[in-house]
Amino acid sequence: MSQISDFLGKSATENVKNALERARSVEDYHALLSLTKQRALERAALVDSGQITGRLAGVPFVVKDNFLAFGAPSTASSKMLEGFDAPLQATAVEKLEAEGAICIGKANLDAFAHGGSTENSAFGATKNAHDQTRVAGGSSGGSAVVTALDVVPFALGTDTGGSIRQPASFNGVVGIKPTYGAVSRYGVVAMASSTDTIGCFATTADDANLVMEIMAGRDTRDMTTLPDFWLNSPELNKKKIGLIKDFMTDDVDSEVRKQTLKYADKLRSLGYQIEEIDLPMSKYSLAMYYIIVPAEISSNLARYDGVRYGRRAEGVKTLAELYGRSRDEGFVTENKRRIMIGSFVLSSGFFDAYYMQAQKARTLLINEFKQAFEKYDALIGPVAPTPAFKLGENTADPVKMYLADIMTVPASLAGLPALSLPAGVSSDGLPIGVQLIGSYQSDRALLELASKVEAL
Amino acid sequence: MSKISNQDVQRLANLSGLQLADDEADGLRQDLDKIVEYINILGKLDTDGVEPTYQVTGLENIWRDDEIKQDLSYQQLLSLAPESAENQVKVPQVL
Repeated sequence: MSQISDFLGKSATENVKNALERARSVEDYHALLSLTKQRALERAALVDSGQITGRLAGVPFVVKDNFLAFGAPSTASSKMLEGFDAPLQATAVEKLEAEGAICIGKANLDAFAHGGSTENSAFGATKNAHDQTRVAGGSSGGSAVVTALDVVPFALGTDTGGSIRQPASFNGVVGIKPTYGAVSRYGVVAMASSTDTIGCFATTADDANLVMEIMAGRDTRDMTTLPDFWLNSPELNKKKIGLIKDFMTDDVDSEVRKQTLKYADKLRSLGYQIEEIDLPMSKYSLAMYYIIVPAEISSNLARYDGVRYGRRAEGVKTLAELYGRSRDEGFVTENKRRIMIGSFVLSSGFFDAYYMQAQKARTLLINEFKQAFEKYDALIGPVAPTPAFKLGENTADPVKMYLADIMTVPASLAGLPALSLPAGVSSDGLPIGVQLIGSYQSDRALLELASKVEAL
Repeated sequence: MSKISNQDVQRLANLSGLQLADDEADGLRQDLDKIVEYINILGKLDTDGVEPTYQVTGLENIWRDDEIKQDLSYQQLLSLAPESAENQVKVPQVL
């Protein structure tokens, strides 16, 4: 797989043409919803003539289609936003463009990023880069697959409960979910505002580090962004890493556990002590997540009403009918499930038992993490309980699908940085990733550690 | 024994601004039933005296000057609306 450095110092136009050609040759994976050919070639000409320079000059990339970006519609893989021509670009995209990077296309996702397999896309599922009968993972499945198939050296994703880490694991690439607040979410379709993060896929930890460093920082258009901390990341000087025992039970595929232990051995060889650690609250995390996140989704998706933008149902007589029918037509079933669960946990009579209880449980989970990071530099565990599952295997049972997120949601609820790193392959040749969870703002140090492991 | 009834589904759809097709409502009832059963595990947890966490950054109100910035024109925004007339977004009858 290629790296960012392979594209630097070359003709941007050639880089873009090659990436577009490569994208066409892997069309049957259905990883991309659109190509931004015309705009990409225009930008490439500006780079080649020296009018745009920067650390990513002429490097092609792909955005998940829930980022607003010019050159093609921004759909969030939904009928609601089908054909939506964004009037602005996400801050993350603007920052990359300012460094000369060139967006060549938009990647498939579960509609509105609700899902863990990309099968909830309104425009059809993406296939796994290593086995076309299996899922790409999700929700950022398309971005993971184009990186793994070498269309581009990096791609953007969003991670609310594992949507970067799990597809990175399923496709054998590096994925980072940064500290909550690291990267501006301006111009990105909102899902759950207390856990939504912007991150990326890359083929090496160093590349991911560079892309994240460029995107990170305060944005006055997103008041939840933290002052730029990327280069002031705390050092990992405790030389101890905790292996999360609760993630290594018999419920987790034995090959996944094996690869996790193998990666832990590599950390040992770099001078880190590995100790087992209990994270008892982790078993409640998925329940917390599927209360808090739907609650926030029900609120964030209230804006899609068929009035100001997006899909509008035809032949309706009243405003109430316009809302109801437009939303029914514009959302896939999983969107409706989550919105309705959100309405349920927030409704009178249930609010204290579900929503409030989950937010209190979240405090207990955060306290457990805080305690762990007093002793450890980072925590290690699997990303997902299994390698990529078969297309259609989990679509009939939403809870079974949600269980794929069980080891990624804890870091999301706590706002911690977490990486998904290629650890090895299963006996079937399917990639298996390992997860490193760090303390707040230790993103850069975690990636540097991953880079050292890559060099072994 | 189902805990989420058909009436519950209709009430939640109503709260959610969704007008569900009949064939979808029953599937959603079954799904919601399973999901609620799963999240009920949290009821077992003792959270007496624990403060809830709504956001993790600890950031508080951040003020800025109340200056008009025109990133987007009203024409651009209006052009996104499915229907508009006389510089206004058009909707069907409200009452």
